[in-house]
Amino acid sequence: MSSNTDFALAIEDLTVSFDGFKAVDNLSLYVDKNELRVVIGPNGAGKTTLLDLICGKTRSTSGSIKFKNKELSTLSEHQIVHAGVGRKFQTPSIYENLSVYDNLEVSYPKGRNVFGALTFKRTPEVDARINEVANDIFLGDFLEMEAALLSHGQKQWLEIGMLLIQDPELLMLDEPVAGMSVKERELTAELLNRISKGRSVLVIEHDMEFVARIAHKVTVLHQGKILAEGDMETVQNNPDVIEVYLGH
Amino acid sequence: MNFVYERLLGGKKGILGLIILAVLIFIILPLTLDMFRLSMVGKYLTYAFAAVSLVLLWGYGGILSLGQGIFFGIGGYCMAMFLKLEASDPESTKIQSTPGIPDFMDWNQITELPWFWIPFESFGFTVLAVIAIPAIFAFIIGFSMFKRRVGGVYFAIITQVIAVILTVLIVGQQGYIGGINGITDLKTLNGWDIREDSAKYTLYFINAALLFVVLFIGKFILTSKFGRLLLAMKDKEDRVRFSGYDVANFKIFIFCVSAVIAAIGGAMFTLQVGFMSPSFVGIVPSIEMVIFAAVGGRMSLIGVVYGTLAVNFGKTIFSETFPEIWLFLMGGLFIAVVMFFPNGIAGVWNKYGDPQLDRLLDSKLLSSLKTAISKNKASPVEDSK
Repeated sequence: MSSNTDFALAIEDLTVSFDGFKAVDNLSLYVDKNELRVVIGPNGAGKTTLLDLICGKTRSTSGSIKFKNKELSTLSEHQIVHAGVGRKFQTPSIYENLSVYDNLEVSYPKGRNVFGALTFKRTPEVDARINEVANDIFLGDFLEMEAALLSHGQKQWLEIGMLLIQDPELLMLDEPVAGMSVKERELTAELLNRISKGRSVLVIEHDMEFVARIAHKVTVLHQGKILAEGDMETVQNNPDVIEVYLGH
Repeated sequence: MNFVYERLLGGKKGILGLIILAVLIFIILPLTLDMFRLSMVGKYLTYAFAAVSLVLLWGYGGILSLGQGIFFGIGGYCMAMFLKLEASDPESTKIQSTPGIPDFMDWNQITELPWFWIPFESFGFTVLAVIAIPAIFAFIIGFSMFKRRVGGVYFAIITQVIAVILTVLIVGQQGYIGGINGITDLKTLNGWDIREDSAKYTLYFINAALLFVVLFIGKFILTSKFGRLLLAMKDKEDRVRFSGYDVANFKIFIFCVSAVIAAIGGAMFTLQVGFMSPSFVGIVPSIEMVIFAAVGGRMSLIGVVYGTLAVNFGKTIFSETFPEIWLFLMGGLFIAVVMFFPNGIAGVWNKYGDPQLDRLLDSKLLSSLKTAISKNKASPVEDSK
């Protein structure tokens, strides 16, 4: 077992092997509280697999993932969420046949077991929280709309909102601005800067302009390993990174 | 009051739907049909329990069970075992080589009542068993499947296989549970002759009342956060899981609830029809139950009751009128429903009937009627708010 650290998220010697292919290879990564970290890298670098490992969708072969010094790699998915980790998927994963309001209410972190869900009541407190989050994600006027009718960008926001309502201490976003218009990207950047306060945020993104606007620190992944880490400028001028992105 | 009005009754329209169904089942059918036809309706309404159970499990939960006959059968057999023991008192079975045991045991050279029959001498235990045994059985199946994330078509196939296994088991154990003939010659319930017309009337109304209780339970579940979670799981199971829910527990619970509902139908079937046999357990009845739900509209608790009645009446009418080709006609009907009305009867109603109803409810005629009524006395709807 690895030792305790002051970091919010401490990943040490993490490896996952799919039939011998190491998608994530002996990787160590530390994220601070209040930090917004962006992970970039070419296709197949292991970015999404890394998030899968943290949230429990994929099980690691070896290594440790500690969140606030609590080992996550042995917990089941819902326990990891209860520990304070929220994850947005690459393609917007929302409940299309429910309204925006219901999407947020279903994600509200009360009534999470069978009998809790049967007896859950829509109190004024719940209602106020749903409205607050909806306004945060620019969907305050769309509460009654069926989620299927939202635009692609709005669906991305809704999924972020579904995580925000749980107030996670670690928020992981897989390509949050994919398919968004320029205007929507701006709003999202502003949203991410706002919500990264008081929690750690881990973002996977390809849009470099967007990365530059939000990232505190950037980690470059390549073939399951960390290639470079640092602020945006250092990383962009790193010869290895240039080689990986432009060399082929 | 708000809870009862908005959630259990479903508001103004929900109440209207329930009243229409209640008037049909409790008043119109008993007044217009003779005893023979009415007991047929009573039998169909026991199938409606299974159809309602499928609304919860399949319509909302997205879990297709092709084995609801298992639970219908368990409920039916529990009740049949109790009634058979009562019918097998030593006096009426004195010609057997072992008096006091069910006749089919005697024919199979069994000389002692098997241990698992003994508790069924108690009516209280039987009622408990009708609810508990299907729930436990469903829990075991559900736990072993959903915890391992078996779902979709695999779950459907496995439930179907279990239905076959159970049928084979019953048929093979003739001495213990009556084999292919089932459990027949049921006579009295605590001394009350269930074969008499008056008893059949009473049972019909008990059955109908129980169906409404089940409809309210269904409404309660579907209008809670649990109901919205079911829809969410059907759509994006992973999103629910990564929102902090143990998805398997929710599936196990709704599977158990649906099993109990189907079993109550089975027990009422035995009481009204007077026997239970493996032909109500296997694949064919299980799939028929799915058809009832599909025709009625699998998202509508009330719709599937109509669906069950419509399919069964269709079956009766076709088989009486066209004995040679009735199965083809039924098949054609099902294909037509799936092709043209994928949401069943309830879907057709929502598309064409409901807007008309809205217009009617909004119309001046009704509102002037309402003010006329409220002048005379305060309207009950206003009171409940």
